[in-house]
Amino acid sequence: MFDDFFIRALIAGIGVAFVTGPLGCFVVWRRLSYFGDTLAHSALLGVTMALAFEINIAISIFIISSVIAIILVKLEKNTNLPGDALLGLLAHSALAVGLVVIGFLSFIRFDVMGLLFGDILAVNVDDLIIIWGGGAIILIVLKIIWKPLFASTVNYELAEAEGLNPDRAKAIFTILMAAIIAISIKIVGLLLITGMLIIPTAMARNISDTPKKMVIFSICGGLLSVIMGLFSSLQFNTPSGPSIIAAALLLFVISLFKIKQTIQLKN
Amino acid sequence: MTIENNVLVKLTEVGLKQRNKWLVKGVSLIVERRKIVTLIGPNGSGKSTTAKIAIGLHKNIEGNVEKFTDKIGYVPQKISIDWTLPLKVSDFMVLTDELDEEKINEALKLTGADHLKNKNLGNLSGGEFQRVLLARAVSKKPDLLVLDEPVQGVDFTGEIALYKLIKEIADKLNCGILLISHDLHTVMTATDHVICLNGHVCCSGTPKDVAMNNEYKLLFGEQASQTLSIYEHKHDHVHSNDGDIKKN
Repeated sequence: MFDDFFIRALIAGIGVAFVTGPLGCFVVWRRLSYFGDTLAHSALLGVTMALAFEINIAISIFIISSVIAIILVKLEKNTNLPGDALLGLLAHSALAVGLVVIGFLSFIRFDVMGLLFGDILAVNVDDLIIIWGGGAIILIVLKIIWKPLFASTVNYELAEAEGLNPDRAKAIFTILMAAIIAISIKIVGLLLITGMLIIPTAMARNISDTPKKMVIFSICGGLLSVIMGLFSSLQFNTPSGPSIIAAALLLFVISLFKIKQTIQLKN
Repeated sequence: MTIENNVLVKLTEVGLKQRNKWLVKGVSLIVERRKIVTLIGPNGSGKSTTAKIAIGLHKNIEGNVEKFTDKIGYVPQKISIDWTLPLKVSDFMVLTDELDEEKINEALKLTGADHLKNKNLGNLSGGEFQRVLLARAVSKKPDLLVLDEPVQGVDFTGEIALYKLIKEIADKLNCGILLISHDLHTVMTATDHVICLNGHVCCSGTPKDVAMNNEYKLLFGEQASQTLSIYEHKHDHVHSNDGDIKKN
């Protein structure tokens, strides 16, 4: 049962969960889930660029997602459209353009399903290095910007007035978002990356009363989801991404009972 | 520190224009150590804007802002904590600065909020929350405290107590305070300088004592009338819709 590819997928998934836990908390706190979706959709364009120019997929996704994020900021400044409309515009445009380009690259054999929903068979040793190396860098950078980012999440003006630099923290966080999408695409798939960021965090919110606990429970939830999801993926031959997200959903549903208990205790 | 550089922040003819409308224009003020400067004026008169200019929250302003300290404690006017973020008072206290347990307790005690330390921020009442906000701002011993309507949501007795407290804090911490109040009638005797704003400086000066005012004595009692004072003045001009000022 423990074939090599499975161990690789498991190690990769665990690495991803360690990073999506804390990042997911900020996605939920700062209401960025749709923004995460937009970056993830633009990842498809990144993949096609990687195939066309024969560069590393993760690096290509990282570059394209960052570019999309910059375009978003420019559009927000220079148009009168609301944020969610711009996000929708960019998300679907990037997805559409990506799929059109794939159509032109007919000479390349290409598994679109694996790209959209994750493929544990596809994880190789290079991916492990990228996930764990990139993941470590993301976590270190997040630790460095934690204070200004967290303070400005609670109240932007308070953070700025008292000498922190919320704008810089926000810009760096955006880059971290692009990076996590780049490294987790093989395991979770681009359509479900935001789910991996949000659902374990939502579960964690139900059972925690401090930000620190929420981050820890979010990581634990992510790890459990990855392990449960990958085993069931192997068992039932289902795509890895949906299996992981379904496992996360299960944990979320269980956590709802905890809320009910707490509310009953209060009454 | 010498007497000459007791100035903490100095605004010279500052103004902010947004969407072709002046929010504030030609405001000059100085906040010095151990002094309390109060900004009063009706809603939309640019009090908060002026305070934000003073602490550098607005870019693209006209005029000149000179800041002589970076140690600023800020109590913003509107702050809503999202319940998606579980946050206890003790977490909130260390939001922008590392503080040891002792300093946290000390600051919370100072504002009478020490019993709230382990409460969730979302469960506080308006008045409790104001006390916590104030505690957080003073906890790091700032040189300059900027308080934007620090008594909102606090009941009358609490309001008086908080004003007294602010006065004490200025002496205790040896800091300067820029205070904002929308209530034209409720300005402290402790205030050293009052600036009445209405898009520009209508008038400014030292506040008159309210002790003579019988209505205040009736409302708040002898004790309170020593804390509260009234600032009376007549306007010599009217405002048109585009923010222009016409002399009468």
